[in-house]
Amino acid sequence: MDVDYKALKNGGFMRQKQKNHFSLRLKVVGGDLSADQLLTVAGVARKYGRDKIHLTARQGVEIPFIKLEDVEKVKAELAAGGVETGVCGPRVRTVTACQGQAICPSGCIDTYPLALDISERYFGRALPHKFKFGVTGCVNNCLKTEENDLGVKGGYRLKWSPDDCTLCGVCLKACRAGALSQTGETIELAAEKCNHCGRCVKACPTGAWQGESAYILSFGGTFGNQVAPGRELLPLIPDRARLFRVMDAAVAHFAATAQPGERFRQALDRAGWEGLVQAVEEAAHA
Amino acid sequence: MPDFIIDATVDITDVVCPVTFVKAKVALEELEPGRVLAIRLNDGEPVQNVPRSLKDEGHQVLKLAANGDGTYDLLVRKGAD
Repeated sequence: MDVDYKALKNGGFMRQKQKNHFSLRLKVVGGDLSADQLLTVAGVARKYGRDKIHLTARQGVEIPFIKLEDVEKVKAELAAGGVETGVCGPRVRTVTACQGQAICPSGCIDTYPLALDISERYFGRALPHKFKFGVTGCVNNCLKTEENDLGVKGGYRLKWSPDDCTLCGVCLKACRAGALSQTGETIELAAEKCNHCGRCVKACPTGAWQGESAYILSFGGTFGNQVAPGRELLPLIPDRARLFRVMDAAVAHFAATAQPGERFRQALDRAGWEGLVQAVEEAAHA
Repeated sequence: MPDFIIDATVDITDVVCPVTFVKAKVALEELEPGRVLAIRLNDGEPVQNVPRSLKDEGHQVLKLAANGDGTYDLLVRKGAD
């Protein structure tokens, strides 16, 4: 029987150098698994693999040494335990995320629900080459969003209310960007220096600084054979509807302009960035 | 800006993060809720982070004042237990 290795690979079964063995890639969003899912994974690794589980560089989980004849049984046991198989090949890959606002004191956006929505919309979509999304909660950038074809970073849009401010001076020092200064009874924000980290909001004892979740996007990052960080092409994006319009436009631009086997970055460097800039600016302002 | 009556003081310029926060916390534990602690702290990490950590612990940060010698005085009212 001919084995369709390509179909297996697309479905997350990565052919190993050991004949008839596969490392099975699982679907993980934002690095989150429940304890029950982990027990299911452990059970499959014991029963069908070699009691070994590999945590990948992008928050994925792979079970190596799955035998070809067990592929269907393994899929069924995983599915029964609420674990889906992942993907490989020229398509949208695992959406990665840090823990974000729900867990981390520094977070400015709720990363996991956003990663789920991104995964729901794009995961597995066939494209000219692999395409990676990463979501990080703030400018500390624990998730390293610029490594991704499309990176989403949380930031705060800031508002200062003089009525709530006691001029205590805490924000002036909490800001590491040097964006805040006090003139008389006014705290001034130098917009061009602000990195949207939200430290003023987090430190403010009276709620005079308020922050609204917003998004900083980077495009065309790649950290494999070629190493090039993604580029910020837009100002802060203030809401999710706009965010998804921009991401749709970027993915569509990649699909329309890249040659088969060409990464987003390569396509942009070959054909020029102007088309993407125009597409995402239009989407951001629509 | 009203002046505050300072009930106790602590100097955390002789320690580094994270002991800065621990020392401030221990000093607050000695006080009753509502009392005001003056914390002397260094520029840099301590002044950037300690006020926020105290806020996150439920205390009320009142005032941060520069002493002009690279140190600051932070006034904090102890929160309810």
